[in-house]
Amino acid sequence: MIRFAAASKSYRVDGALVPALEPVDLVIERGEVFGIIGHSGAGKSTMLRLINLLERPTAGRIFVEGNDVTDATGGELRRLRGGIGMIFQHFNLLSSRTVADNVAFPLRIQGNVSDGEITARVDELLELVGLTAHARKYPAQLSGGQKQRVGIARALASRPSILLCDEATSALDPQTTASVLELLGDINRRLGLTIVLITHEMDVIRRVCDRVAVLDAGRVVEMGAVADVFLHPQHPTTRRFVAEADHREGHGPEFSGVAGRLFRLSFRGEATYSPVLSNVVRDTGVEYNLLSGRVDRIKDTPYGQLTLAMNGERLDDALAQIRNAGVDIEEVAR
Amino acid sequence: MSPMQTLFPNIDWAEIGQACIDTLLMLGGSLLFTVVLGLPLGIWLFLTARGQLHAKPKLYGVLSLVVNVLRSVPFIILMILLIPVTKAITGVSIGIRGAIVPLVIGAAPFLARLVETALREVDRGVIEASQAMGATTSQIVTRVLLPEARPGLIAGATVTAVALVGYTAMGGIVGAGGLGALAYQYGYNGYKPDYMLVTVALLVVLVQILQSLGDRLVTRYSRR
Repeated sequence: MIRFAAASKSYRVDGALVPALEPVDLVIERGEVFGIIGHSGAGKSTMLRLINLLERPTAGRIFVEGNDVTDATGGELRRLRGGIGMIFQHFNLLSSRTVADNVAFPLRIQGNVSDGEITARVDELLELVGLTAHARKYPAQLSGGQKQRVGIARALASRPSILLCDEATSALDPQTTASVLELLGDINRRLGLTIVLITHEMDVIRRVCDRVAVLDAGRVVEMGAVADVFLHPQHPTTRRFVAEADHREGHGPEFSGVAGRLFRLSFRGEATYSPVLSNVVRDTGVEYNLLSGRVDRIKDTPYGQLTLAMNGERLDDALAQIRNAGVDIEEVAR
Repeated sequence: MSPMQTLFPNIDWAEIGQACIDTLLMLGGSLLFTVVLGLPLGIWLFLTARGQLHAKPKLYGVLSLVVNVLRSVPFIILMILLIPVTKAITGVSIGIRGAIVPLVIGAAPFLARLVETALREVDRGVIEASQAMGATTSQIVTRVLLPEARPGLIAGATVTAVALVGYTAMGGIVGAGGLGALAYQYGYNGYKPDYMLVTVALLVVLVQILQSLGDRLVTRYSRR
């Protein structure tokens, strides 16, 4: 468990204090995948680094696994960091060491693990990330996705309870991103690891996160379960992120020639696969025109979101029937 | 007359041999102590610079000034100025031992700057990752910075070694001998062009060997 208690961070720039992160209060539960999304400069990188104290809070406290770690130094700080793995956008591997030596590195600097244990642990980790065949290669000989897998293996070496991901997929192509995210999800399920990731892509949040916090100009402007935030974004910044993920920026005008009222229907779980609309049409005789739609998954939950124009005398009955089937409806202003 | 005597009528080859040995001794000795002093000094400069692991801007300013002063004094002047220091350290102010002290004091600050530059080339992200793993500063220096910067450090040591070859030529001032002294003494002052030719050719060969050795090591340790 990680807790931010009114934690904030300011930097001194030319003698003046510039806030990077306004006071944050939030709890990240053990075993969850928690996403922090924001544009560059929104403070998400600072927020992530407060957890392992690569950045110290200017005010407020940080708790990790129930302990106030805010002022940890020396051995206490090293123990804290030993329990928190971290992966990076640019991987940050040691170019002068082989894949196996990179993975062994955190164990070697701890100094209390025997060579035999290190070798066994490295083999086990390389198998977990699917890089056994590349153990003797140097990072420069690997692809981006492989480098990030080395990063993940290294981050897991000291059996941490928390994994911090700093834009871990931002330098990867879409296919590699998908496989790295799958690996992270797998690790979360199998090892029960708490994962905190920062990103500027809502799609990354949608695929792996349980909950999300949206950061804007150093402030948490929205937070909640990913499905809620994704299907019903409240803050303008969140809406923009969701729109980017749906590739539906600037859709408004093209509905102008369509008759009827516009509605956005959001399905989740079971409702996604039941024939709600055709039942409604049969029972009430309303007509609908499908304008845009998407059926996908939020982590493991299927969801759908459709934008419809609806027409008919029994429209209100139709809307009630849709609601009763467990589908959310919002009317879209035109 | 043998062809060697025809080509180089003035040369005493035994003397050339001794000069080679003197130059190599001066070079080897001064390079060793230059690295022993210059490497830690360079690490210290790197760590104390603004924004680095142990940022101490005032200490950095002082170190930096000392390094710059030593680097800006012409070597020949440094050598004369340092005579009392040399005598205090080695007991003598002449000969090979007398030359090594000023050579080291002239070259160590030069190497320190090259070390500092090489360490700055190490990706900050790699240092941050090591900190995130709980590495101490000394672990970061010995296990991250030095291995990651190894090609740059070797290149810096090579440049320093070549510069030292040039400096040793001035060793003659304090009677340390060597190829440079021979070139000056016989070749220039004694109007014996064959001496000049042979000693300079040998210095060129030495520099070539040092440079290609350095380049080979740099390639071997480059993993990027």
